[in-house]
Amino acid sequence: MDNAGVDQKYNFGVVRWFSVVSIIYMVVGTFVGVYIAAELAWPFLNFDIPYITFGRLRPLHTNAVIFAFGGCVLMATAFYSVQRTCGVALWSNGMAWFTFWGWNLIIVLAVITLPLGLTQGKEYAELEWPIDILIAVVWLSFAFNFIMTIANRKSTHIYVSNWFFLGMMVMITYLHVVNSLAIPVSLFKSYSIFSSVQDAMIQWWWGHNAVGFYLTAGFLGIMYYFVPKQADRPIFSYRLSVLHFWALMFGYVWLGSHHLIYTALPDWTASLGAAISIAMIVPSWGGAVNGMMTLSGAWDKLRTDYVLRFLIMSLAFYAMSTFEGPVMSIKTVNALSHYTDWTIGHVHSGALGWVGMVAAGALYHLVTRLWKTEMYSVKLVNMHFWMATIGIVIYVVAMWISGIMQGLMWRDYDEFGTLTYTFAESVAAMHPYYVLRTVGGFIFSVGGLVMLYNVVMTIRQAGAEPSAEAEPAPAPAQT
Amino acid sequence: MADKIYSTKLQDKFERNIWALLLMLLLILSVGGIVEIVPLYYLDDTMEHNAKPEILWQRGDGQSLADWKPGEGVRPYTALELAGRNVYIREGCYLCHSQMIRPFRDEKERYGHYSLASESIYDHPFQWGSKRTGPDLARVGNKYSDQWHVKHLIEPRSVVPESVMPNYPWLKDNMLDPSEVASHMRGMRTVGVPYTDADIETANTETAGKTEMDAMVAYLQVMGTMVKLDYGVEYRE
Repeated sequence: MDNAGVDQKYNFGVVRWFSVVSIIYMVVGTFVGVYIAAELAWPFLNFDIPYITFGRLRPLHTNAVIFAFGGCVLMATAFYSVQRTCGVALWSNGMAWFTFWGWNLIIVLAVITLPLGLTQGKEYAELEWPIDILIAVVWLSFAFNFIMTIANRKSTHIYVSNWFFLGMMVMITYLHVVNSLAIPVSLFKSYSIFSSVQDAMIQWWWGHNAVGFYLTAGFLGIMYYFVPKQADRPIFSYRLSVLHFWALMFGYVWLGSHHLIYTALPDWTASLGAAISIAMIVPSWGGAVNGMMTLSGAWDKLRTDYVLRFLIMSLAFYAMSTFEGPVMSIKTVNALSHYTDWTIGHVHSGALGWVGMVAAGALYHLVTRLWKTEMYSVKLVNMHFWMATIGIVIYVVAMWISGIMQGLMWRDYDEFGTLTYTFAESVAAMHPYYVLRTVGGFIFSVGGLVMLYNVVMTIRQAGAEPSAEAEPAPAPAQT
Repeated sequence: MADKIYSTKLQDKFERNIWALLLMLLLILSVGGIVEIVPLYYLDDTMEHNAKPEILWQRGDGQSLADWKPGEGVRPYTALELAGRNVYIREGCYLCHSQMIRPFRDEKERYGHYSLASESIYDHPFQWGSKRTGPDLARVGNKYSDQWHVKHLIEPRSVVPESVMPNYPWLKDNMLDPSEVASHMRGMRTVGVPYTDADIETANTETAGKTEMDAMVAYLQVMGTMVKLDYGVEYRE
């Protein structure tokens, strides 16, 4: 089908908007991250201004990268790929626009409320109850539209990327609704109905599965559509896809309790979570192999196709962090790694390396398809790739060193059997790594800025090109 | 071609029927959460006070929170402490400070007795945290003087030069709103914290004219002092 036909057949307007704002959110969200990283290295940067202290900006950073950037990427790619794989337009274009404006309203409200200190005090679920209700409504509009589009499909079978998106939609609905249950005492203050160990378990059931479903299953949906498309080859193994899918869906849900090993959570719960975490290496690596081996017989494409580089590098990080995670769930390792920067490093190798890279690859692919043009500068795509890769490596290595060092310093004894280091000494020892982490994050963020520039120029270039199919009588450009 | 079965019959059914796939996902995605969360509500050994009721403060008839003495057991926060806890949450302290001491030798020496689940029974939400950019605070109460805390909160590096904590000078300028604190206590009572009407009525007098700094220090100073734990006793396995 030619491009003009595709454009008429599908609803791409909303996908274009989601794509562009997601890149903006990536830049903004990661720069907030760089700033708070710098605050830990140089605390004067808090400037005694309540709204920009670490404790208030950190939720803004996590919400911006997870929900603003991650959410918009997921919505762009899900709305795009579900139409392409089902051969039909969205069930409701109007509802998709409602999802777009609703989601962006939530992001604006987060940007206002979090620096004001309006928070539920639950990690990654900070937003207060009115916004939580809005999230549930908008999320369900996204899921409903997606499901109805599949129900309308022209193809006989539902493509694998859609399974993953659907799993994410169901699980995030469960998690968000249960974890956010609270009694409001005013418009912007509520108390969770849970406390103590039950609250901890529910919070980390949410916390880990925001990673497991939102940032993993959803982005695996992206992987299963965009890697084969960009490589122009079918996915390596159908059977592996089936195994990967069901094992991931069933297994991931159990992992939350590995965040609570050696805490007051009963040992049976923590051990169960740890055991299943280790077992999860199998489906995770199955999925990574499935994605990478899609290139089997066409590895030469990596030399010329920079977008494919992003996608394949993301799978390498996916494999790396899905190995690291289970290792950190081993009790002996967790005793050292818990509460340290190692966790932060692990999260970022997943979030920047896997999520950030697969999203960038998918977005570059999307931009060329949605605006029917080539990238403004392929060199800049390559530059972004290297900045992202180098930035992540610096970040992760800095956090590995500081995390392991913290863990070792805290438990170190001198010859008299007393603790060798005060806590403050361990804080001082972190300084060089906090600086290094800031540098790594900064390089990654500037890479995002390069992408934004490249995408904006690509869109301008596409607008300036007289497009015979789209406009029968192109008017001469004004400028 | 379109009717060819690529896989098992069951898998093929899911791939052809979105409602079957949706239903299956609704089912299998609920299993892990149910198995790990629901038993925590009915297994008695989850909360240590089921075996050792003395962990919780046994309030006598007509007793107010003011009648409680340190070490008598875990009790609901006073109005001032609750206001302080809200400041703690607002400023995102939990992002750098844990309130959960693990049962290790070094943590015992650094922070004190390992934390019990029953100790945070009135914490909505829990504040165990996940990161120690700063030290654990579960038993920080009574370790430093009030003056130290005030100085430290206004300018942490004036007392701990290595600290990377932000300054919180505005806490001493912000006054508490007593009516707000009372409504918060009523909210806490709705979610199960055993406040009496008398507790809520005293919120006004207890918080009137107090600053957020007073509240914060009151909260910090009560942390970990509510129950006296014995090193010879095994509270949990």
